[in-house]
Amino acid sequence: MDFHLTKEQLLVRKMFREFAENEVKPLAAEIDEEERFPMETVEKMAKLGMMGIYFPKEYGGAGGDVLSYAMCVEELAKVCGTTAVIVSAHTSLCCAPIFEHGTEEQKRKYLPDLCSGKKIGAFGLTEPNAGTDASGQQTTAVLEGDHYVLNGSKCFITNGNVADTFVVFAMTDKSKGNHGISAFIVEKDFPGFSQGKHEKKMGIRGSSTCDLIFEDCIVPKENLLGKEGKGFKIAMQTLDGGRIGIASQALGLGEGAVDEAIKYTKERVQFKKRLSQFQNTQFQLADMYTRMQAAQFLVYSAAMKKQNHEPYSMDAAMAKLFAAEAASDVTRRAVQLFGGYGYTREYPVERMMRDAKITEIYEGTSEVQRMVISSNLGVK
Amino acid sequence: MKILVTVKQVPDTSGKVAVNPDGTLDRASMQTIINPDDLNAVEAALALKDELGCKVVAFTMGPPPAEGMLRELMAMGVDEGVLVTAREFGGSDTYATSQILAAAIDTYGVEDDDIVLAGRQAIDGDTAQVGPQIAEKLHLPQVTYAGEIKKEGNTLIVKRMLEDGYMTVKVQTPCMITCIKELNTPRYLSVGGAFEAYSKPLTIMDYPALKDHALIDATTIGLKGSPTNIYKSFTPPQKGVGMMLEGDGKETTDKLAGILAAKHII
Repeated sequence: MDFHLTKEQLLVRKMFREFAENEVKPLAAEIDEEERFPMETVEKMAKLGMMGIYFPKEYGGAGGDVLSYAMCVEELAKVCGTTAVIVSAHTSLCCAPIFEHGTEEQKRKYLPDLCSGKKIGAFGLTEPNAGTDASGQQTTAVLEGDHYVLNGSKCFITNGNVADTFVVFAMTDKSKGNHGISAFIVEKDFPGFSQGKHEKKMGIRGSSTCDLIFEDCIVPKENLLGKEGKGFKIAMQTLDGGRIGIASQALGLGEGAVDEAIKYTKERVQFKKRLSQFQNTQFQLADMYTRMQAAQFLVYSAAMKKQNHEPYSMDAAMAKLFAAEAASDVTRRAVQLFGGYGYTREYPVERMMRDAKITEIYEGTSEVQRMVISSNLGVK
Repeated sequence: MKILVTVKQVPDTSGKVAVNPDGTLDRASMQTIINPDDLNAVEAALALKDELGCKVVAFTMGPPPAEGMLRELMAMGVDEGVLVTAREFGGSDTYATSQILAAAIDTYGVEDDDIVLAGRQAIDGDTAQVGPQIAEKLHLPQVTYAGEIKKEGNTLIVKRMLEDGYMTVKVQTPCMITCIKELNTPRYLSVGGAFEAYSKPLTIMDYPALKDHALIDATTIGLKGSPTNIYKSFTPPQKGVGMMLEGDGKETTDKLAGILAAKHII
């Protein structure tokens, strides 16, 4: 596999790095502390095309590629896990299913505003009783004339409180199980739709996470995404792509922690030596860096396969599994290298450790990734 | 109407400075950045483009890798790049550089409603000479140290920011303006821009392309055509941490006088 970045990818990565350092890093601690959604950063990212990186220009996208999108999330996550997941959920979970499964009319109606960042996107699959077992959807959609009526609720919806456009899943035929699930594009102003309370989380505290409530919510018939009964397939395909985004977020968090730990251990003196002069520190950092480098290969490989329209479901699962577990491990080790200071909010590594944990849980837990991988291996 | 901007790749001063045996900078071995003041000039050009829809062309003189910088500027919104590059141009000082850049700009063509922009000065030489020299050689009116630029028809109203105050100047196009950092905040390149950058036009102006221009002759270009002789280039040793005295009373000034006297400075 050729891991050489194209000239265009080198250019955008340079911009992502500068943007993350100058615009995102200074806000990271503050939005975490205040649990505040960084709308000002989203507006800046929107102007630079970061809210629709790999979608064609004809739909308002930036005309970039999937690897550039992965690098964007990675670079943002190096300094702020919250900002990274805003881009990831918006792009992978809302723009992508509309682009990949929408009618021409739906794409022209929704993608330009989403890709330009005028509107923020979200994805509603998880329910109180349908998490890893996504097939247990209890939200229902009943066709009544020219519209569907949705009833039920969704939970843990990333970007939930700030989004304008949602890709939502509901049962149109309970008797058919998975094949009775359908996908819909829901606008926040549709009658009967409301957003619930903001969840107080352990990490990614600046990101908006909330319930979505559907009480006789009227969704026009033309907002059915894909065919009736194909919702589960759309959800699973969407999550395959989403996993590249979350794997990139995990990758960035781990790399950011390594960067911080290298900087700190070169400065901190104990026993009249810099911490970096102790072999324990050297071996720890060598292991941490190696793990993240391996994660990067898996993430980039999955992104390139998606870009090249090759099967990538297993690659995305491996990338997310490995990157998420590496990020949790590496950020925890970074806190240990910082010692007591690492446990304080004066330094970013405790935040990175809190942020990293969610990457092992959302958009398919690590256990789900193992199910996907083993299933692809024919181990049943 | 078009805007022609001169830009320079300069050594990243956060890295180590390497010097050739002849005293000139060994640019090939150093990390480079776009000269900061030049980015302000590019931003001024792009802001005028946003307002008026004119074309922006970036000119640089340097080795072939300087194309990367021109592509980066194209990703910010510059429409076209001109890379002036030839072995014969190497080692040029400000006089020779402005001679060559003026020839390149003149060859490209300057029309009545055009504007030529440059950064105030480059962070490697800090001379602030190339912009004004280009203006002289192209017989263009020039306004230096621009902190604000407004366009009204064929007139530019430029607020010059000087050490001891401001000066507002009206100037007719075509003209040359040199820009300072207070003028604006340069934009980031955009994702869409990056993916278009390598398909935008880039012209290479080498020695054969410019040799017949009146400004170009062996005695006016390159190291031989440069009146400046570099005696020595070096990285200055890092200064120690200074001493800060706090307080506004006589006690503090007495203490300061005591320290200066002890060091035989006064």
